[in-house]
Amino acid sequence: MDITQLAQAMRAIVGRQGVISEREQLRTYECDGLTGYRVVPALVVLPENAEQVQAVVRLCHEQGVPFVARGSGTGLSGGALPVEEGVLIVLSRMRRILEIDLPNQRVVVEPGVINLWVTQEVAPEGYYFAPDPSSQLVCSIGGNVAENSGGAHCLKYGFTTNHVTGLEVVLPDGEMVHLGGKAPDSPGYDLLGAFVGSEGTLGIVTKITLRILRKPETVRTLLAAFNSTDDAGSAVSAIIAAGIVPAAVEMMDALAIEAAEAAVHPNYPNAPALLIVELDGPAVEVEHQFQLVEQLCNESGSTEIRIAVDDEERVLMWKGRKSAFAAVGRISPDYYVQDGVIPRTALPEVLREIAALGERSGVRVANVFHAGDGNLHPLVLYNGDVEGEAERAEDVAGDILLICLKHGGSITGEHGVGEDKKKYLPRMFTEDDMKTMQLLRCAFDPHGFCNPGKVFPTPRLCGEVPGPARLHPLQQAGLAEVF
Amino acid sequence: MSATTPRTYVPRNVSVADIERLVGMGHAREGAPADSIAGVTPRLVVEPASTEEVSEVMKLASQAGLKVAARGGGTKLGWGNPPEALDLIVSTARLNRLIEHSAGDLVATVQAGINLDNLQAQLAKAGQMLALDPPGHACTIGGVIATDASGPLRLRYGTVRDLLIGITVVLADGTVAKSGGKVVKNVAGYDLGKLYTGSFGTLGIVVEATFRLHPLPEAVRTVVLNVRTPAQAGEFVGAIGRSSLVPSALELEWAHNAETAALYVGFEGIAPGVEAQAEATMQLAKTYGECHTVEAEEAQDDIWRRLRELPWQHSEGVGLKLTCVPTAVPSLLHALLTGTGSNRCLYLRARAATGVILAVMAAGAPADFAARIEELRRVAGQHGGSLVVLHAPPELKRAVDVWGPVGDALPLMRRVKERFDPNRTLNPGRFVGGI
Repeated sequence: MDITQLAQAMRAIVGRQGVISEREQLRTYECDGLTGYRVVPALVVLPENAEQVQAVVRLCHEQGVPFVARGSGTGLSGGALPVEEGVLIVLSRMRRILEIDLPNQRVVVEPGVINLWVTQEVAPEGYYFAPDPSSQLVCSIGGNVAENSGGAHCLKYGFTTNHVTGLEVVLPDGEMVHLGGKAPDSPGYDLLGAFVGSEGTLGIVTKITLRILRKPETVRTLLAAFNSTDDAGSAVSAIIAAGIVPAAVEMMDALAIEAAEAAVHPNYPNAPALLIVELDGPAVEVEHQFQLVEQLCNESGSTEIRIAVDDEERVLMWKGRKSAFAAVGRISPDYYVQDGVIPRTALPEVLREIAALGERSGVRVANVFHAGDGNLHPLVLYNGDVEGEAERAEDVAGDILLICLKHGGSITGEHGVGEDKKKYLPRMFTEDDMKTMQLLRCAFDPHGFCNPGKVFPTPRLCGEVPGPARLHPLQQAGLAEVF
Repeated sequence: MSATTPRTYVPRNVSVADIERLVGMGHAREGAPADSIAGVTPRLVVEPASTEEVSEVMKLASQAGLKVAARGGGTKLGWGNPPEALDLIVSTARLNRLIEHSAGDLVATVQAGINLDNLQAQLAKAGQMLALDPPGHACTIGGVIATDASGPLRLRYGTVRDLLIGITVVLADGTVAKSGGKVVKNVAGYDLGKLYTGSFGTLGIVVEATFRLHPLPEAVRTVVLNVRTPAQAGEFVGAIGRSSLVPSALELEWAHNAETAALYVGFEGIAPGVEAQAEATMQLAKTYGECHTVEAEEAQDDIWRRLRELPWQHSEGVGLKLTCVPTAVPSLLHALLTGTGSNRCLYLRARAATGVILAVMAAGAPADFAARIEELRRVAGQHGGSLVVLHAPPELKRAVDVWGPVGDALPLMRRVKERFDPNRTLNPGRFVGGI
């Protein structure tokens, strides 16, 4: 089947409107949020329901055509980068919220539903969906599942994986399975847990059961300015040592503050480092601990503390932080968002090393991070029009990951490995570690059609399952013989 | 296509001395009746002292075609189907170290054989804890992971899957493989920790694990409410759920034929915080029935120590675990309580806000038992849940499928097993669908 025939067959499944085959239109889908990588797919298919997804995948499987799933395309590791000669399956038409079960705190959605919609839908009854990636205005739940997305509040509440209790999945051969559900502890392997965060390499989700939480009684937020990131870091250590688990602790350095100020005017204090600390929970507890946090910030040398008096002020405090990535565009023509993790206690040392690296290479690095859990987002600034700058920036970004690993951290805390970081995976895992991960891949996708070439540096053939020789189904049916 | 040649292993007669060569003199022995799992006695028992030794033992075992079970504290060895075959038990008794406790990062790495109480005592010195309270004080971390054991605290902190951030296992062929890491936030590579959690030792032997920790609460409070019917209990739990209260645990205890049942609501935090929450809970509870607050620390400890243990431990009865959506807990309780004769319920415990019920049922004849299990499974299934027979004599376990239906993902689960352990070396027959 050539591409024209495949497009025809796809149209028979999803209708004329659901297939894109014109080169110019296909270019819309050539990259996700990481624009440095671009591949034009052979075909884009936009199914409207699970049955269509299943039929599309089955066709790909039968024809041996690789495919990639895509939600809103906001991913930052190239996880939804299309494959040439392959089909891009875009889930953005599957946007129904299927069920809201408040008493059991569950919401069932289709993969194209936008993250923030879930909270908006249940907020009037006093509930919310905890994972809040910065892109939550546009990113899809299906994408969150693929990437195991985090957000500012995962220090206390965990990641997507802690808030998904059930999945309907179309496997790479078109078979549909149901993993988990609304009730806890389904017997059998926790394939749900293994699937979340598998970056689209194990199948396509068509239905997701989410856990929603009761809105906390009280939320208190403060902004504390410091003379150095070291001082800010020691304040975070003191807060954690006091046995407090804040809902969020975010840090920004001078360059990031400058960028945020230029872009969204959050009216931040002019300081070398800022902390945003948010506590939530039962009122009495929060009030008590909030005072303690204030005291600990002062003791760590905070030069100014501002406390949000109402929701409006809180939103403004967060606006600067949440828009920090894009804001960097105001102070640099191009930038690369890095995502690495370190043990939180290594923060002062790692920041010094990153600063030294920046100086040595003449590349500016702005730092924004989830300080509570050691998730760094260094923003490496460059001008793509100046020859060699992009390469230098890439080198610096890569070296930052190596610094993270040296301190016992990870090459990605929430953006995923995708296309971008697969070459670093062997720095974190041994050959045997990766081979073992591939065993899972082979159980789900023995032919390697599903988002091929991502996550792992070298594609591997799965081979037959070793063990007692077994008849091929066709042999069993008497339809074929092996000579 | 480079198909791997099927390997057929000729079972070799491995001796104690063969294994001692790998782990040192005195660390392997013949199996004894006390080592039996559901009546099946292993020929050999080995106690390796390192990941490398576990790997060497597994290489030998798989090449020799031995069937292997891992054992930690042995507190939950009876769970699952009886083993199809068992030659060798790999005990993690000597893998019992706390490798690293990074208090500032709220993270600890341990060997799988460490006793949970022992670990908690060491973490407590820094005012921290691993927020798991599974049954069995002799239990080890490896066993807790393999069985996905949990307790009342799961309401607040989740289960193993929510706290495990890194894991190292030895696969059936001796391959040592880790996934995850030592930082809480990490999405590099597949999260195999979740795959191994609750896999009952059928995919590999857990040798090391890294967990995120929590601060020990400064203060605790327990509110006790007596209720008369399952429906009333359900209403109260619903009211708690709609309030802004944040209980750490919510357990319902129901003895057969008792007039009332007790609901225990536990709070953790700072003293003024738990006081305020307990007070608010009392206000809410008053309209449902008689209630009181337990403040004495010792009395609270007694309550929660009891509630985390398996209710069938000191009973002649059969132990069942049922799950459902939380709102269906009253319906399930009702179904359990209506059992009569040999199917009567002796005792019920419900993690009422999570949807987990532990039931002790009288042990009747195999046919009656099987019929009753089927009936209860139908009710649990109507509410999205399941029923697992955890504790029963082998003859009753053989009369039913202890796991029950797994749904349409069973073939996929089999494929996972085939990839990780193609020769079915590890715990054959014990898991879902006879995996």
